Amino acid sequence: MKTSQSAILTRRAALAAGAGLGAFALMPTARATPETMAAAVKTFTGGKPIADGRVKLEISLLVENGNSVPLSVTVDSPMTRQDHVKRIGIFNEKNPLPEVLTFHLTPRSGRAQVASRMRLNDTQFITAIAEMSDGSFWSGKAEVIVTMPACVEE
Amino acid sequence: MTRALINIPQKAKRGEVIEIKTMLSHPMETGFRPSSDGRLVPRDIIEKFVCTYNGEVVFSADLYPAVSANPFLSFNMVAEQSGTIVFAWTDNHGKTQVQTAAIQVE
Amino acid sequence: MGWLALALSLLSVWPAQAQTPQDPRKSGFAYMGRDTQAMQQDDLANPAMLTVLEGEALWTTPTGKAGKSCASCHGEARESMKGVAARYPSLDEASGKPIDLSGRIAQCRETRMEAAPLVREGRDMLALSAFVGLQSRGMPVAPPQDERLRPFREEGARLYTARMGQLNFTCAQCHDANAGQKLGAAPIPQAHPNAYPIYRLEWQSTGSLQRRLRNCMVGTRAEPFSYGSAEFIALELFLMERAKGMTIETPGVRP
Repeated sequence: MKTSQSAILTRRAALAAGAGLGAFALMPTARATPETMAAAVKTFTGGKPIADGRVKLEISLLVENGNSVPLSVTVDSPMTRQDHVKRIGIFNEKNPLPEVLTFHLTPRSGRAQVASRMRLNDTQFITAIAEMSDGSFWSGKAEVIVTMPACVEE
Repeated sequence: MTRALINIPQKAKRGEVIEIKTMLSHPMETGFRPSSDGRLVPRDIIEKFVCTYNGEVVFSADLYPAVSANPFLSFNMVAEQSGTIVFAWTDNHGKTQVQTAAIQVE
Repeated sequence: MGWLALALSLLSVWPAQAQTPQDPRKSGFAYMGRDTQAMQQDDLANPAMLTVLEGEALWTTPTGKAGKSCASCHGEARESMKGVAARYPSLDEASGKPIDLSGRIAQCRETRMEAAPLVREGRDMLALSAFVGLQSRGMPVAPPQDERLRPFREEGARLYTARMGQLNFTCAQCHDANAGQKLGAAPIPQAHPNAYPIYRLEWQSTGSLQRRLRNCMVGTRAEPFSYGSAEFIALELFLMERAKGMTIETPGVRP
């Protein structure tokens, strides 16, 4: 009795998943973790310390589809020859790879503000790290909750 | 052929910071996605974007598979003199697509 | 039968002209998040505009044995194609059957341009239909009131309310009875055809209404109708009538 009961529940659960929540993203062969992200960040900074602040990462807390998530980064910097942002790296902890994008800025950028769209495999924290012309590193982060579309591609 | 949407003001005042938006038609195939036969679809992504203004690089970006299909990039630039802005996207096979825009600085 | 009767009676009361504030119909746009809405509203941020760009180039490219381009006969699309997508599917006089916009583009290419047929859901077909569709943006959906279309539209209404697939769902159960509710975390829209072709974030590409309908059918575990089938054209006829007067948004963005 017990066996058939659980079989029914299982089938129901499978149907519910199929109808309501769609197919889950296929598990990639590799996957970033907080550890591999830390390693990627270390490569980016050369192991230098990272301070909190000056970097504002804007990304919606709740996104409808992880395939195209708008993000923008603004860094508090005068963007002069003497004092400007050189690089902004975007990192994640749950996609197949920890790196997302690196922006290279110059004093001729005028304003340290950039935007793009990224893929998010799952709900996670995204980190933006800026390298300043004086060699210091600053960071900001944001949490993103990814909901799945109800009806996925066939 | 390069299919890209570029948003850049045609005219600007000297010293003005202008915003540039670019979007290239490209699948950004990650290399992590299996096709219907179970094999991985080979990676085909834009890896490098470079924006030069009268021959000088003013902005560039390194892209990884996590950048969305039809890669969208927005950044800023100081308008210094009239001239040509060149946008170049290079994929992981070394192929480069280029688009140019003119700007008039007063 | 009850569903069918309801669907058909609704047809008659929907306004012929643009939507009033009291109109309970809402475009799928209304159910989207702000980021996705912003993507559609800015032509330089909307990835479907890349498809439109391709269509614009194809419009003036001569091809086929006749050595003609679309523009050779139709001229400036901004003028000649204005409002065209708003009234498709329409009646094909030659066959006496309804034809959708992709079908008309394919027919035009084969008979007038003597060019190789364009594949449905192929890049060029989507590009041309998105470019033609854009010329009706902002205009009300205006299905032709040709009596000869009536039986096909009724067939569309029947399909809309017919149970399908292993889950035994009808289109109406989700998109009429439960529109605005949530399926998983996603809102269920009213299933209006007023923004196609769309760039769907889920697809990461541009696709047609029929691709979207196929997705829905797969979701209900039904065997999807094929592209260009009489069933899909009937459904599209019904959906356009149901959306009569709503504003065309082509090319839309949807999650």
